[in-house]
Amino acid sequence: MSFARRLAVLAGAVLLMAGPANAQMFNPETFTLKNGLQVVVIPNHRVPVVSHMLWYKVGSADEVAGKTGLAHMVEHMMFKGTKTVPAGAFSKIVAQNGGRDNAFTTADYTAFYQNVAVDKLELVMKLEADRMANLKLEDKDFQPERQVVIEERRMRIDNEPEALLEEQMTASLYQVAPYHHPVIGWRQEIEGYQLSDIVEFHKRWYAPNNAVLILSGDVTAAQVRPVVEKYYGAVPARPVPTRLREAEPDPVAARSVELRDEDVHQPSWNRAYLAPSYHQGDTTLAYPLQVLSEIVGGGNTSRLYKALVMDKKLAASADAGYGPQALGETSFDISVSPSPGVAMEQLVPAIEDELKKLADSGVTEQEVARAKQRLKISVSYAKDSFHTGPRVLGAALTTGETVADVEAWPSRIEAVTAAQVSAAAKAVLQDQRGVTGLLLPTRPGDATVSDENRAQRSMGSFGRELR
Amino acid sequence: MSRVMTKSLHLAAALLLTAWIAPAQAFDIQRVVSDGGVEAWLIEDHANPIIAMNFAFRGGAAMDPAEKGGLSNMAVSLMDEGAGDMDSQTFQGKLEDLGISLGYGAGDDSIYGHLKTVTDNRDTAFSMLALSLTKPRFDQDAIERIRSQILADLAHQQQDPQAIAGRALSKTLYPDHPYGRASEGVEASVKAISRDDLTAWPTHRLGRDRLIIGVVGDLTAAQLKPLLDSTFGGLPEKADPVAVPEVQANATGHVEVIRRQIPQSVVLFGEQGVKRTDPDWYAAYVMNYVLGGGGFSSRLMTEVRVKRGLAYGVSTGLSPYQHGALLDGGTATRNEKTAQSIALIRSEWQRMAEGGITPQELADAKTYLIGSYPLQMDSTASIASILVAIQMDNLGIDYLDRRAALIDKISAEDVQRVAKRLLDSKALTFVVVGNPAGLE
Repeated sequence: MSFARRLAVLAGAVLLMAGPANAQMFNPETFTLKNGLQVVVIPNHRVPVVSHMLWYKVGSADEVAGKTGLAHMVEHMMFKGTKTVPAGAFSKIVAQNGGRDNAFTTADYTAFYQNVAVDKLELVMKLEADRMANLKLEDKDFQPERQVVIEERRMRIDNEPEALLEEQMTASLYQVAPYHHPVIGWRQEIEGYQLSDIVEFHKRWYAPNNAVLILSGDVTAAQVRPVVEKYYGAVPARPVPTRLREAEPDPVAARSVELRDEDVHQPSWNRAYLAPSYHQGDTTLAYPLQVLSEIVGGGNTSRLYKALVMDKKLAASADAGYGPQALGETSFDISVSPSPGVAMEQLVPAIEDELKKLADSGVTEQEVARAKQRLKISVSYAKDSFHTGPRVLGAALTTGETVADVEAWPSRIEAVTAAQVSAAAKAVLQDQRGVTGLLLPTRPGDATVSDENRAQRSMGSFGRELR
Repeated sequence: MSRVMTKSLHLAAALLLTAWIAPAQAFDIQRVVSDGGVEAWLIEDHANPIIAMNFAFRGGAAMDPAEKGGLSNMAVSLMDEGAGDMDSQTFQGKLEDLGISLGYGAGDDSIYGHLKTVTDNRDTAFSMLALSLTKPRFDQDAIERIRSQILADLAHQQQDPQAIAGRALSKTLYPDHPYGRASEGVEASVKAISRDDLTAWPTHRLGRDRLIIGVVGDLTAAQLKPLLDSTFGGLPEKADPVAVPEVQANATGHVEVIRRQIPQSVVLFGEQGVKRTDPDWYAAYVMNYVLGGGGFSSRLMTEVRVKRGLAYGVSTGLSPYQHGALLDGGTATRNEKTAQSIALIRSEWQRMAEGGITPQELADAKTYLIGSYPLQMDSTASIASILVAIQMDNLGIDYLDRRAALIDKISAEDVQRVAKRLLDSKALTFVVVGNPAGLE
């Protein structure tokens, strides 16, 4: 973690807690304003603070061709002034009131938050509603901020071989879906934005009927409703475009990308399989795939860890991941790092062997029972932090789920059978659905890629939160 | 993660222990002493059926012998890899099945650990912790597996410009002191660690005389007392003395460039800071906020990011050790502008040293540093870690009640004094990893 990333630390830490395993049982209160703004309140009275989060149903997958990264750029520009609040003042006002604020953008949503003492809630609500309605931007603030975003891209992507590889894998996995391009955008397209692009994007998407307000902390719905009505209720609804997530054609060819870099000292093998989400593809697989992910890569007693790290001693780490919260199709991911001294040629057959076993023979009743028990017990921790609920509910409500879906998570996991998990493994773990990504050191004699070429060839990022 | 950066991030969390909404109103901290004499601080919170315990032993990786650098890190990495009659898979599997989180870490100046469980599994959780503390197995196959994972991690750090820069800055500022070495060790030292080294480690290092405990959640003092004895009572009464020399940062003003063919240069910098016990601690804390600790409210962020778009972020932090202290920071700028960012940082350093801060900056720093305090307390585990940090720094059980006043009494003159004392733009030492133009 870098100094330069301190701003992102909070968001990152909270994200880790907000995986599907924690998505359950928040018992929220909800209401909707006349202008369509959905409001969710998650009371937690341990300390007199509140997290105020406004989620917009827009992300990088809603951008138009040639303007990739614009959703994220708009998020940055939301801090650059309104008719009454000067550029840069937003965060300063929050800090002067003992609060912290930040924002993040993904492929499917853009969210802004302030964590404050509960008596400052009205202040931040006023500020947030103001920049929904009254953003007023100037080119003199836009130009340096665009440079900031380009530096952010260099920091997160261009300087990091692993991030470059991930971009390549993403661009290869999604051939048609708008998840193909990186959340932060292609470098040359970031350089081409006009201020008018920002203004139009904001006007098109930043409407109360396209947003979800989530309050978590020492508040109740009855307490906050009048204040929410006062500030957010004053912003008129307006038509918002339909969000499109083009379905991928049935994948026909296994793909592979390889990134060699002279700075790579610890290689890795990665695979992403195209997989259904809660919202697109064969959605009945979404719960079984979460159980599968736990069996395959959840912790130090998972199948991959046991086989590759413990028994065969070929790998230093082996992980699996699956994020069902997406408007379009998503991915089932596996990542393995070889032990020092182990050649990729030794490791890969062992990984393929495990994956083939899973697809062919499925999982056992006992594995499923254990995985479900682990997922179920994680429910107990869900209400502990006042950050977990808003992160899970916000992502759900901006990707086509309902509060009821989130609350039903424990019972839906409980209902998953071993036969369903085996069927899900068979359906998803198919070679032609996958992109393999190899991170390797440069071979002796390879030409070195220059700085600029390296920056230019970087592509693709999904599921990454950016401010 | 590199030493310098880890310290600062730790600090960012540990330091925001300032009270505005007096936490005593929300929390009653009880000092609990077991029949066997084990002390813990407890905050009862019965809202959720969860218990979190954090603990630490004074004396950390800085006590590792140089030729066995990384010993503490490797030992703590193995303590949850099998204990008593449970091998690694049995132990880990039981933790996972019961949803118990148990783990350890090795800092420069302390060994720390945590336990989190649902109330139903309380007794099992504490007994598994007791086993791992007093009967870790250090099985040979687990040793080799963890060694291999640590070596993989060290290799991984070599491809991370942030980690490279952090290691280099530590080494530059502390050339002849354990703080200059990575707490995870280096390849050769990690390979040199034997099973005998590991089995001897807990008896030398995990003494009850070094122990600090914070507990938060769904249990009472009466319930906690016997658990303290059954969990920690089996540890040695005394550990080896902490023999780490006091040290001043070797800040010479040098700019060290480590060439890497990457488009952006990672820049870290540092010089001598203030220890947590320093009378000027709070003045330095306020000064740092204005200089580079305060995000978008800081001078450096305004100059480097907002006005010129030179970086996504720039920040500074106080990094106190038990036996030394740094004031350090970092940024990342495209290669052709790296020299400009460094010049700006030096110039802000000098401006603060010469002119101090304005009344408005002072007021804003205070409202933030005091008011943001309760935001830290977002989970049982985060509150438990705060209880440990307060004890580690000997701040007193009433610290949360006094914190706001300690900050509030700082004057602009105090800040000016500490700025003059600390900030020396000519001594500020830089490490740059990248391909910066105009720097050798």
